Order: sequence, then C-alpha cells, then structure tokens
Amino acid sequence: MFVPLRLIALVGQAARAQLGKVRSFLLGTRQYSQLGVETFSKMPLAVKNVDITTNHMYTLGIESIPLVTMIALFLGSATVTQAVYQMSGMIPLRYLGALVCKTTITELAPVITSMVFAGRVATGIAAEIASMKGSEQLDAMNVLRLDPIRYLIVPKAIACIVMLPVLTVWAILMCFVGAAVTVAISVDVTMYTYLSGMKLFFNANDVYMGVGKTAIFGAIVAITGAYFGFQAKGGAEGVGNATTKAVVISAVLILVFDFVVAVMVM
Amino acid sequence: MLLEVKHLKKRFGNQVVLDDININVDRGEVLCIIGQSGSGKTVLFRHIIGLLFPDGGEIRLDGQVVSTPTTKPADFDRHRKRFGILFQGAALFDSMNVGENLAFPLREHTTLTTKDINKTIGEALEMVGLKEEFKAKMPSELSGGMRSRVGLARAIVMKPEIMLYDEPTSALDPIMTDKINDLIISLKDRLNMTSIVISHDIGSAYKVADKIAMIHEGKIIFNGPSAEIRWSRNLYVQQFLRGYRERFYAFDQEDKYSGQADISKIKPGRPSRKGGAQQEQNAPLSVPIDIANKKFEMPARPR
Repeated sequence: MFVPLRLIALVGQAARAQLGKVRSFLLGTRQYSQLGVETFSKMPLAVKNVDITTNHMYTLGIESIPLVTMIALFLGSATVTQAVYQMSGMIPLRYLGALVCKTTITELAPVITSMVFAGRVATGIAAEIASMKGSEQLDAMNVLRLDPIRYLIVPKAIACIVMLPVLTVWAILMCFVGAAVTVAISVDVTMYTYLSGMKLFFNANDVYMGVGKTAIFGAIVAITGAYFGFQAKGGAEGVGNATTKAVVISAVLILVFDFVVAVMVM
Repeated sequence: MLLEVKHLKKRFGNQVVLDDININVDRGEVLCIIGQSGSGKTVLFRHIIGLLFPDGGEIRLDGQVVSTPTTKPADFDRHRKRFGILFQGAALFDSMNVGENLAFPLREHTTLTTKDINKTIGEALEMVGLKEEFKAKMPSELSGGMRSRVGLARAIVMKPEIMLYDEPTSALDPIMTDKINDLIISLKDRLNMTSIVISHDIGSAYKVADKIAMIHEGKIIFNGPSAEIRWSRNLYVQQFLRGYRERFYAFDQEDKYSGQADISKIKPGRPSRKGGAQQEQNAPLSVPIDIANKKFEMPARPR
C-alpha cells in the first residue's frame, strides 16, 4: 500500500512541476507579446528622438557590415561548391547560376544574415538592458518618467527593422561576389554560362520576399534581446543567462517565422 | 504632513518584508531611515517612489492617497515628478556624458530652450560643487563621490519637492561621506528640501537627520527625533548604535530585540579555548542591566 501511494505522490509532484513550467512559459509568452505590442505602439514617438535611432542604426547596422561581408563571401563560395557537387552528373551546370541565385535570395542570405545579426545584436541589447537593470539605471529612468521602452527599445527596434534588410541586400551581393569568384577559380563552368543561368529564372518577387521578411526578423531580434534583458536577475551570471537565452530564442523564432512567411507566400 | 506612510505591508512569497510600517515627514524635514542590511529599508524606499506597491496600507502625499495595493504604476506616474532620487551607485546613464545625463529629463519634460537647459545644468552642478567642465565627462571617468554628486545634480535639476537618498554614502570614504552629508544639509537649507535618507551609517544619520526611523525585520522599532535615539530602551537600537555584534545574541527568544526581554534567559558564555574570547563573553554588557528588576539601566537623559 505504501509503495503505490509513494509512486502516486511522485507522479503528482512531477506533474505539478511540469504544470509550473507550462504556466511560466505561457506567462513569458504573454509578457513577450505585450512587450512587442508596446514597442510597436510607441514607434511613432521615435520621431522626437531621431538622433538616438540613427545612432543605433550606425552601431547595430553599419558596424555589422564587416562581419556580414565576411560571412556572405564564404557563404556564396560554399553554395557554389556544394551545388556543383550535388548537380554533377544529374543536372546540367548551366542551371548552376539559377540554383545559386534562388537559394541565396530567398533563404540563405536572409536567414544566415539574420542569425549572425541576432548573435551580435540580440546579445548586445540583452546585455545592455540587463546591466542597466543591475545598476538601477532602469529604475532611474522610471523615476525620471523616461519610459525605458520608448527610449531604449523603440530606437533599437527601428534600427533593427531598417538595417537588417539593408544588411541582407548587402549580404546577397557579397554572396554573389563570393560565388562568382569561386566559379571563376575552381568550377568548370564559364562565367557567361553561370551569369546567364542566374538571369534564367530570376524573379524580382523573390528579392522582395527574401529581403522583406528580414524586417520581421529585425523586430524579433530587438524584442527578444530586450525581453531577456528586462527579465535578467542577479549580477554577471544573470547578464550571461540573458544573452544566451536572447540569441537562442532569436534564432529559433527567426526559423519559425521564416517557415510561416514561406507558407504564407506560397 | 507632506508624506505619510500608513500601515504599510509587503511580503514576497512567504517572507514578510514590511510589517505595519508607519512613518511621516513634514515639509523641510530630513528623515533618516536606518537599519541593518536586509531589514527592509530599500523595499520601503521603492514603495515611496512607486517602484513597488504595497500588499496592505497606503502612502499619502499632502494628504492625497498615492499608493495602495490597487494602484497601477501608470497612476503613480503623475506623482513621480515630485520626487528626486539619488540611487546607491548614482545610476547615471552609461551611454551619456554628465551634461546629457542632466539634460535628458529637462529635454523630455520641459519646454526649455537649449540655452536655458545649459544654464539650469550649470546651476545644478554648481549646487553640488562641480564645475561646468564636468559636463563633457563620461560616468566611467568619474570617481564614486563625483558620480554621487552628478546623480544628486540630476535629481535636483527637475526641482523636486522630496529628495530620496538610497544609501548615498555606503561606498564612499569618510571625507567624501562628509561632503555628501553637507550637500544634503545644504539642499535643505537653500531649497527647504524635504529629504528621506536611507542609510545604515549612523554617523551620517546623526549629522543630517531631524528625525530617525529605525527598521528591523520589517518593523519600525524606533521613530522619533534624532537626538532621542541614543536614549532608546530598545536593545536592538542600542546594539545598532554601538555596532556590537554579539552582545545581545544571548537572548534567543522572539522578543530579544523588543526591549522587554527576560533577563533570566541569558545563556552563560561558552567555555572557549581562547582566553580572550571567554573574557569578552563574561565582560559586562555595554548597556548595564538591572537583573533584579529585569530592566536596562540607561544613561541619564540630558535636560
């Protein structure tokens, strides 16, 4: 009699713990959504502090260009190399340009750029806000009636929404450069064949979709970074946890919304 | 009364942090709230400035109820402009220089021109004893004392009615502590500023306060003029004022700090291998105890 009761008690405890996790997940989702809604609703107020937004555009966007350039060049090269390997013997290499062009514009450049951007920016935003929280700067803002969402999050969110598509366009161009260099150096396809292949199935709507969805990814990066920054507790360990969660959840959400956008467009 | 805290209660989970707190401050008065670390001072401070809201009781400003368990942060916003706050580490905005830190609230909440803002900033810096050249410095370039003074300048730049100081001298050397204390007094004298100072520095409390409230384990155990705290019959107050760690730990009952402790419960000192420790334990308590009447014999009160 004793053992079954003990077993039931253990199962009950485990179920209770799981329910607690579900509850905190739902609560977190609600708070995340509220932060997102509040951020978007306060965006019109950013016109009064354009200088803060433009500063963030520079630090979050322009300063990311070297990183994005490096990654995009190698991404283009790797795409061409893989494509040639996969197509050999099955698909004529005159379609190489078309394959590289389509995959780069619609998926590779937008998603990889967003991931890299999330790694650099979401962590930065989370760390900054978590540190400000730890040093009572957020309390000071509240007491001085300076809304942290308006002055901290909105400029960063706008900067991310504007600059991530810009970086993506740059990344697509750099991918093409990397791919073209690889074609010229190590692939048995003439540049003329490669470039004419690129033009073969080119569709401007792919560019609009590929670049347009990164605006959503930009918002995800900013709001996720801010959310985990606000949630941070404790000192240095809390900041570390916040940045880790920010980059992981940003990456997951980028892939989830990439799928959602793909389904919606189709 | 300018500020009244009535029957304030707060708990976090099962832990009672504030238990029936009652304090009040008159206009132009300096109230110092003292107590050990973890006694609930900062939680009380955060209630007064509307960063936390109580589970019970209320806070009144000029007789008007501003904080109750049902108050929302947005409702408190209109009262926030009446407070100026100096946080423990000054809480200057890292990404802005001193001038921008001071100008930020002025730019957002006033219609002052850039020229007027610069003039106001200059006056505020002068009031805390800093030169205008400091405007260009970043917070990371400032020492702890300078940061405190810039934090104070940022707080007074909006001309608040009540200044709150959260442990303003806790990380400062004695000389800088004295400077900050002088600034608190000078603000009171020059601007008739009402001030609430949260501190565990009894020396600063004696210097700046008109009234002292002592909080211990979430309860106010002394509240009165600063001159009278020395004559408090509360054991814990005496222990805190004298900075003794072990003297009154002999009472291990709940009422050990209430001033009504049963002397017969004093435990004899444990034998120690070290003669010094044994001698200290057997030494007479600094507050003499009348064992027969179970009372503490306090020094004569000056007339």
